[in-house]
Amino acid sequence: MNGPLDVAPPLAASASVSGNVAPVVALVGNPNCGKTALFNALTGSRQKVANYPGVTVEKKVGQLATPAGRAIKVIDLPGTYSLRARSPDEEITRDVVLGRLATEATPDLVICVADASNLRLALRLALELKRVGRPILLSLNMMDIARKRGIEIDLERLSRALGVPVVSSVAVRRGGIDALLAEIDRALGDLPATAPANWHAPDAAELRGAQHEADRLLKLAVRKEGRLDPGTARADAIVLHPVAGLALLLAILFVMFQAVFAWAQPVMNLISDAFTWFGALVGSAPLPELLRSFLKDGVIAGVGSVVVFLPQIVILFFFILLLEDLGYMARAAFLMDRIMGGAGLHGRAFIPLLSSFACAIPGIMATRVIDDRRDRLTTILVAPLMTCSARIPVYTLIISAFVPNREVWGFVGLQGLVMFGLYAAGILGALAVSFVAKRLFWRSKASEPFMLELPDYKLPQIKSLALGISARAMAFLKRAGTTILSMMILIWVLASFPQPPAGAAGPAINYSLAAMIGHAIEPVTRLLGFNWQINVALIPGMAAREVAVGALGTIYSIDGGAEAADKIGQVLAGQWSLATALALLAWYIFAPQCASTLAVIRRETGSWKWMAVTFFYMLALAYVAALIVFQTAVALGAG
Amino acid sequence: MTTLATIALGTADVGFRGRILALDMQRAQGAGLPGAELERRLIELGFVEGATVELLHQGLFGGDPIAVRVAATTIALRRREAMAVMVSHEAMP
Repeated sequence: MNGPLDVAPPLAASASVSGNVAPVVALVGNPNCGKTALFNALTGSRQKVANYPGVTVEKKVGQLATPAGRAIKVIDLPGTYSLRARSPDEEITRDVVLGRLATEATPDLVICVADASNLRLALRLALELKRVGRPILLSLNMMDIARKRGIEIDLERLSRALGVPVVSSVAVRRGGIDALLAEIDRALGDLPATAPANWHAPDAAELRGAQHEADRLLKLAVRKEGRLDPGTARADAIVLHPVAGLALLLAILFVMFQAVFAWAQPVMNLISDAFTWFGALVGSAPLPELLRSFLKDGVIAGVGSVVVFLPQIVILFFFILLLEDLGYMARAAFLMDRIMGGAGLHGRAFIPLLSSFACAIPGIMATRVIDDRRDRLTTILVAPLMTCSARIPVYTLIISAFVPNREVWGFVGLQGLVMFGLYAAGILGALAVSFVAKRLFWRSKASEPFMLELPDYKLPQIKSLALGISARAMAFLKRAGTTILSMMILIWVLASFPQPPAGAAGPAINYSLAAMIGHAIEPVTRLLGFNWQINVALIPGMAAREVAVGALGTIYSIDGGAEAADKIGQVLAGQWSLATALALLAWYIFAPQCASTLAVIRRETGSWKWMAVTFFYMLALAYVAALIVFQTAVALGAG
Repeated sequence: MTTLATIALGTADVGFRGRILALDMQRAQGAGLPGAELERRLIELGFVEGATVELLHQGLFGGDPIAVRVAATTIALRRREAMAVMVSHEAMP
């Protein structure tokens, strides 16, 4: 899938620059403090809550009405430990708080959000925010968890010592934010005249002083601070164990990919049957021949062949969101740091790269959490090599047509194993490319430090999980209905016009524009074993990888008659050699078959150069890989 | 409570418990950041003098990275950077 992952509606920045407008309240806090959950509770906005530091990449804005009837605008800012920004994410937080962003009104009130069971670093941030000189209040979130762990916080004492109003909140519970709402009302009731922000980047001595002050406050107002959550300790004994932890990580990845392949099958069959039935219905309708062909072969078969992969995408996102919300992602980064470091990647690159298994676009956007520019560029370069969900339709089609569905070693499906191998090839390719890039482009520098908080495990909220999955499923369906549908129509036109002359022999598509294009580039692709039908499918596949499946369906359906659309795979098995199928799989591992990904790379790196570098290195890798696979397979007798 | 020795956190073993005595950037020459910046980042993650530390976990290869309990927070970092954190080994009461 190529659609952006971030599902929060881009609310227009309301013009609070002049006149009598809604007051602006900004949420600032450490990563993992439950800030996004609080934002959801305040605004009812739909977006995801996660545990990995820095997941709140986009700026999020919502509206709410306070109990006193005041309409206010709430901004959810990226998590940070300090206004001393080190990444593009944290720069946004700093600039909004300080009123430096021209497009954003300076917040009238800053709410410093803190995890009540993990106050120490948050208090230092609160002290820094207080120095800015704007109205501020401290909201102690997840008070229920803190209480359960026996942590007692004297809110009044803390408030007096800190010189800032302090309220408690439980974002995930109904009524858990009433005190906060009341305090917001009170604070907005008597706003002082806006003073210019008073802040400079603190040096080490100032930071140290602030942390000592925070520790003093902690001692004053909090009892029983500091114990490690027993559940987290027990789980980490296994999850972070040097050997067991890595084995568990591999097992999780393996189960994930087996599940994507096996669990989705019954539902996929249902969807496929439904589209076949619908196609047959339209096929027998009393319509002009050309229109009937357009609806049945162009629209229904085309869109159906993509929508059928919805169950797999839902399962993949279920796993990714679940692991994120649990707090496992930061652990995975810890386990992978050394292994990825060997290939020249930063441990923090693990999350963006794992997201890229769903779609490279959110993955590339998630690289904003990597502080160092060069580490970030390397990650962006290799992110498209991770097997995104848009490749699944192509892989599935070819695997089910060419790989026998049987078990090996008694319990592992051979088809699932091949799928796993394709994923592995993408990962190894990415590691190799980053290894080379690190040495080619920037060999002299020591790598950026890996420093990351490992948050306590949290039970995922089913509602937030469901919202996250459904938003992504909707994004996929929307793409199937817009971009993909229009590409399908284009393919149908290319494959249907010009119509064959009267009395011509052979299938009609042989006379079409599609055939001309396919034939024209055949000399280049012949070495890879690609026939002109594949070439035709690859061209619209640039808009979205999965379109190639629908395109093959359209091409072969028109070519081979009505029943072929139902069983594209069977037709392919009859038309292609095994060598061709394997070469196409190899091509798909590496090929830059996605215009949206390239566009995002251009945007995130701010340069055409890196987009071009990505496109050409991937194209070269794909060609060479497909060439080697095809020629080897032919030599071994699979031609 | 007896103070046994002063070592760099980057050389400590799993199970080590102690207290931070000082941050010494001279000890972390191999770090990926200039000293002044490394020091500020360490402080921002809670590594200040007087804080208790416990080394909870380490990675498979070369015992790197390490997961350290600093007061009430668990932080993952590499040994290279942890060399800057000077800690006293304390026998726990």
